[in-house]
Amino acid sequence: MINFQYLRTTSAKSAIALLLKDKNAKFLAGGTNLIDLMKRGVTAPEKLIDINHVPLKQIEQVGNKIHIGALATNTAVAEHALIKEKLPLLSWALQAGASAQLRNVATVGGNMMQRTRCGYFYDTEMPCNKRQPGTGCGAMEGFNRMHAIFGTSEKCIAVHPSDMCVALAALDAEVVLAGNKGERKMAFKDFHRLAGDTPQLDNNLKADEMIIRLEIPVNNLAKNYHYLKVRDRASYAFALVSVAAAFELNNNKITDIRLAMGGVAHKPWRLTASEDFLKGKEASLSNFEKAAELAMQGAKGFGENNFKLKLAPNTIIEALNLAKSKS
Amino acid sequence: MEKRMLKEDTDRVDGILKVTGKAKYFAEYELPGLTYGVLVTSTITKGKITGLDTKAAENAPGVIAVISHLNKPSVAAYEQEGGPQMKIFYTDKIFYNGQPIAIVVANTFERATYAASLVGATYAKEEFNTDFAKALKDPKAKKLQGQADYKRGIENAYKTAEVKLEERYFLPIETHNPMELHGIIADWRPNNQVTVYAKTQGVKSTQGTIANVFKIPVENIQVNSEFVGGGFGMALRTWPLEIATVMASKHIGKPVKLVITRAQMFTMVGNRPAAIQVIGLGADKDGKLTGITHRAYGETSTYENFTEGVVNMAKFMYQCDNVNTSYAIVPVDLGVPIWMRGPGEATGAFALESAIDEMAHALDMDPLDFRIKNDPETDQQKNKPFSSKNIKEAYKIGAEKIGWSNRKNKPGSLVEGQWQTGYGVSVGVFNANRGKASVKGILKADGSLLLQSATSDIGPGTGTGMTLIANKLMKIPVNKITFELGDSSLPPAPSQGGSATLSTVGSAVNDVCVALKSTITELAINSNMDPTANFVEVLKKNNLPFIEVTKESQGTKERDNYSMYSFSIHFVQVKVHALTGVVKVSKIVSVGDSGTIVSPKTARSQMLGGAVGGIGMALTEESVIDHRYGRYINNNFADYHVPVNADVPEIDVNFINKPDPYINPMGAKGMGEIALIGFSAAVANAVFNATGKRIRSLPITPDKVLA
Repeated sequence: MINFQYLRTTSAKSAIALLLKDKNAKFLAGGTNLIDLMKRGVTAPEKLIDINHVPLKQIEQVGNKIHIGALATNTAVAEHALIKEKLPLLSWALQAGASAQLRNVATVGGNMMQRTRCGYFYDTEMPCNKRQPGTGCGAMEGFNRMHAIFGTSEKCIAVHPSDMCVALAALDAEVVLAGNKGERKMAFKDFHRLAGDTPQLDNNLKADEMIIRLEIPVNNLAKNYHYLKVRDRASYAFALVSVAAAFELNNNKITDIRLAMGGVAHKPWRLTASEDFLKGKEASLSNFEKAAELAMQGAKGFGENNFKLKLAPNTIIEALNLAKSKS
Repeated sequence: MEKRMLKEDTDRVDGILKVTGKAKYFAEYELPGLTYGVLVTSTITKGKITGLDTKAAENAPGVIAVISHLNKPSVAAYEQEGGPQMKIFYTDKIFYNGQPIAIVVANTFERATYAASLVGATYAKEEFNTDFAKALKDPKAKKLQGQADYKRGIENAYKTAEVKLEERYFLPIETHNPMELHGIIADWRPNNQVTVYAKTQGVKSTQGTIANVFKIPVENIQVNSEFVGGGFGMALRTWPLEIATVMASKHIGKPVKLVITRAQMFTMVGNRPAAIQVIGLGADKDGKLTGITHRAYGETSTYENFTEGVVNMAKFMYQCDNVNTSYAIVPVDLGVPIWMRGPGEATGAFALESAIDEMAHALDMDPLDFRIKNDPETDQQKNKPFSSKNIKEAYKIGAEKIGWSNRKNKPGSLVEGQWQTGYGVSVGVFNANRGKASVKGILKADGSLLLQSATSDIGPGTGTGMTLIANKLMKIPVNKITFELGDSSLPPAPSQGGSATLSTVGSAVNDVCVALKSTITELAINSNMDPTANFVEVLKKNNLPFIEVTKESQGTKERDNYSMYSFSIHFVQVKVHALTGVVKVSKIVSVGDSGTIVSPKTARSQMLGGAVGGIGMALTEESVIDHRYGRYINNNFADYHVPVNADVPEIDVNFINKPDPYINPMGAKGMGEIALIGFSAAVANAVFNATGKRIRSLPITPDKVLA
């Protein structure tokens, strides 16, 4: 049997120290993805450091920011009164993800760290540059219905599967990371990477770092928002395309806006060009359509996912429509 | 089985056992010295095994044996010439990707799993094709006749009709995916005594197959399968993996348990084969059908042929003097398919019932009116009257309940914001079967009745149905009746398939009860009692602890005078999102016309399950293969989309509930298959009515709606 050592720790400091000692160690939080990957032979850590007892489950307002501990479960965040009131977009995005059972154990940090759901990544008999660099990309000319249309590389066209992360990218969240030499902050939108030449790397977390918490600025986006997830079945399915949309309206003029898409890239895809266009404009269908068109610049299909070139702008328009209709 | 106390007669007799976890499924049996098997599978699609390195696996901790074609323990039937091509571990040939090439047996499941990963294989690869549509186009690819061509009247009469259409319909591979994983526990003991705990739809069939393969007497083999966690057809045969487990147990002299993985459920236990169908329909301007042509092509394997009734429905469902059908199977390098609920009839009904809807549209007729106008009084194929058929009544009930009058014949007429509403209807039909079965009845002086038969219950509620038949005849309370099944030592019954169990085994229950009653009456008269005296009194008076009767039952010749079918009508309302292409089934009304309903609660559950399966077939289910590698891509529950609760609206189930006078004493016809047959077409027709888009390729996913 492939034996691994199971360690449990109760502080972030000792967790990081344990991680430093062993290159092949991994943190175990909810385990909803990691355990699957171990069972399928995709990954084989020598040490599992159980961090579930590290006290990082807080959900609280600190000044004008909301802090969410890395080990808060998806359910705890989604159903927290503070989140529902001040960051309802995040609550909606979380509830669109996975199933109730998975959300009950999956954590915020784990959600950020989950790997792609590309079928080639999971089948060790198939080529996959993400799993085994240099073997090629099975999806590029294969079954790529679920795959990326933005920011792809010749090495990898996988998408990041999270819903939560799409909302966090939209909400200008920051991530607090801790390493051996102390803490640092990173904009959430910079946390995940594009595949580029290193598809094996999903994010910019350093090998000895731990996700501590999220800090999300309180905003005026809690009224007109929507998280629209288009998928093959009504629940427990990954997004074909999802859109997180939130804006502030003053006399039907958009004074602030956030837009991000999921299911289209190796990372949550922030739609800055569309945001810039809509800022200061009227919340009208024609403007939404123009914004959707702008969002699609540089999009590229790979065959089976060509439909996303139409679905993505449509979903942006509909998410904006639904956000507008909330009052 | 535990004694069951019931609040009302219509509850499932084993419901409490199931929901409290007391119902024991095959994998839950613990035998002394139990060992664990794990299969090693081929990673190529076609060719030969040139080398198999089992050393590391054999030396791994806890490993008891590694069995493959290298050491092939004796299997009598496999040593003979002929027989199946895919003799597990008796061939070095690879017929498909994921084929078992070895079984590793160890003292724990985890150790067996790890050791299986250590087996190294080398292969001589050959060119292959797993793409059914590609094989169909290839003039050099084999196409075998799947069913004799059928012709009534003029061939392809649709081509010269006043109004005509010819369309092509595609169905991908679907995988049964019952919740319970497949497998078996085999215990081969000295003197060739074998006990197995199986997941099977037929304990006698499993017993017979093991006897045939290992050439040992049937009596030596005991098959237990009291509870089955869903089958949908995939447990209708004894698969090579089960033979492998028996082989392993025989080889090591210990019981072996094998439970396959979810991924292996896609490659080892069959699937609903992909199909491409062409339907030609002709009608006169008044809406009378003048020609039906149904040509079907189904996927099969290269090592075994699989056929099913894809084109059956076209021959009799509608009044039409000119009908011709053909059905060919096309071998590809995949595992052999097997019947999946509704089997070929569900495949065929998708195409035919879509085409009927298309013709109604071409004629600018209401599709319900068009069906009624072409509803036959007699079966034109068999030239016989129907034993019972209440389809017009079923149309009427369903139409009222769904609110058919709200439907607009012009597609795309009902729009609310981005949501477009549509209504669809379709028909399902399946043979109303009755086979031969035996039941033993033991009527006891304590007031109870024990009934026994080697039938199965894969979920429909067989025990409940049988109990209710006896309850009605014997006037014995339901909680005093026990029906035992899933045990090969009980009186023989056929496998549970083709919607025949209630009709077949229920008839034998009926006959046993009739015989027990007449014995009691006779005893009463002989002991100077009132002939209607309670059986408990009669038995006590005669100092009998019990009386016992075994009856074999099958239909009389009179049945041959009639055409016997069960019918279902599916009405659905859908909402389609214009921008995202999302389809939601928002309302379902199903009407079953299947004779007497013996067990209303479980009958309703059958219709519910059929509708859920129908939503899957229509909207979500597709097994995807990368044809460059011949491997499945979405072989797990996250990516193979079985409908979830959120996909399923309220389902309004209705029954005509009128006895069929000829099929069996209960007047009950089967209904497991009709619950699903045709359902997918109702959804496709509703999507057309909502949007004006005719989608002829299942499943109807958002990308197809947007295209």
